[in-house]
Amino acid sequence: MDFTLKIWRQKDAKTRGSFQTYKVTDISSDSSFLEMLDILNESLVLKGEMPINFDNDCREGICGACSLYVNGRPHGPDTEITICQVHMRKFKNVGTIVIEPWRSKAFPVLSDLMIDRSAFDKIIQAGGYISASTGGVPDANAILIRKEKADESMDAAACIGCGACVAACKNASAMLFVSAKVSHLALLPQGQVEAKRRVQMMVAEMDGQGFGNCTNTGACEAECPKGIKLTYIARMNREFIAGKMGAQKMDL
Amino acid sequence: MSNSILQYSSITKKIVMALVGLFLLMFLLVHLAVNSFLIFDPSRALFNEGAHFMATNPLIQSMQYFLFGGFILHIILGLILQIQNWLARPVRYKIEGWSHTSPFSKFMIHTGIIIFIFLLIHFINFFFVAKFGEVPVFADTEMEDMGLLVIQVFKIPGYVAFYVVALILLAFHLHHAFQSAFQSLGMNHSKYTPFIKGLSTVLSVVISLGFIAITLVIFFSSRYQA
Repeated sequence: MDFTLKIWRQKDAKTRGSFQTYKVTDISSDSSFLEMLDILNESLVLKGEMPINFDNDCREGICGACSLYVNGRPHGPDTEITICQVHMRKFKNVGTIVIEPWRSKAFPVLSDLMIDRSAFDKIIQAGGYISASTGGVPDANAILIRKEKADESMDAAACIGCGACVAACKNASAMLFVSAKVSHLALLPQGQVEAKRRVQMMVAEMDGQGFGNCTNTGACEAECPKGIKLTYIARMNREFIAGKMGAQKMDL
Repeated sequence: MSNSILQYSSITKKIVMALVGLFLLMFLLVHLAVNSFLIFDPSRALFNEGAHFMATNPLIQSMQYFLFGGFILHIILGLILQIQNWLARPVRYKIEGWSHTSPFSKFMIHTGIIIFIFLLIHFINFFFVAKFGEVPVFADTEMEDMGLLVIQVFKIPGYVAFYVVALILLAFHLHHAFQSAFQSLGMNHSKYTPFIKGLSTVLSVVISLGFIAITLVIFFSSRYQA
């Protein structure tokens, strides 16, 4: 398969970037999207040019490192999958592929297609944890949890923090990410100790990092590679109301 | 006041936006009910009775302040949210908008601004005339003939055309707004949300088509003479 690629090139965080056009030929339809970029990078190195920087790690859809905005969609044309797992056969009859980094004030571009997602780490640091006693290992089933709650919590915990929700949202809002993290802990008894405080701290940090607000367009849900649902945003809003009403006044 | 609004968290702003929006929707339903009096009684007596009640009842009059406050709060919060949203993505994508989204949700600021302009014109045409202008007295009563004022305005083709366009945009606005308000308030439920989404469609169509139908009947029917 032959493709024309338009790729965002940016030397570093301070330099202005621009789109560069590359041609790739003889790409196997069974190669993955990132392998196609690897092939392009090898040819660039052979020509003495700088290879294209892009984040990737596990290449099996669980680490959340890959973050490419391909032809107007985070993680490319397929649904519920990260771009590392998309094969080039998905681009049949697509002549030109435009690859951009996630665009958000809170995710500054570091180089080419690589962005700084430490804003997400800051949100987790603000409250995405539980208090656990040290000491001996507790019995596995000492705390009973309803199956439905456990399932719902597990579905929220599937979030890999890739930031596709922010990338897809017209407001660059991180509501889906934060709601998944808030819900995953709020649904379990172990998460109750900090529940009221957690949601307020994480939302305050989210706002402080410069993410936009939720307009409930549903773009995040449509693009989430892990299928996180909008219902978690409603759950976070409920948790937030309960937290605001019930918690002591906090200096956020 | 504006300083404290700016300090509200994103979710607080959305919750206030939703509550005020639902309150404004109640006003639209009452307004539509009163307007429909003109259709049920072309002699204008019923409508003038209704308008007189709305203008003199102390409870309704005190609610007027909440209504104005509600509009202002909804508009200010909407603008703050929108400006924050624009600032959240300083560099735009070369290709964007290919993600699947709910219809109309991406155009709330645009429909909102046109509805606001419509509201201003609407105010100048009716509210200010009723409050500060000269409205003739209806028949042998002490009531102002607001019905005549409405019919006079609804006989102007340009105004009717603008009115219809603005109300179609209002339907787009409400179609997203009503069901989205429940999401902002944390109410999303596998059993009830489909019903609320359906109700959102019904409400937006009924309100918009209702106002438009009344206007068009008055514009085209010879039973209404200005």
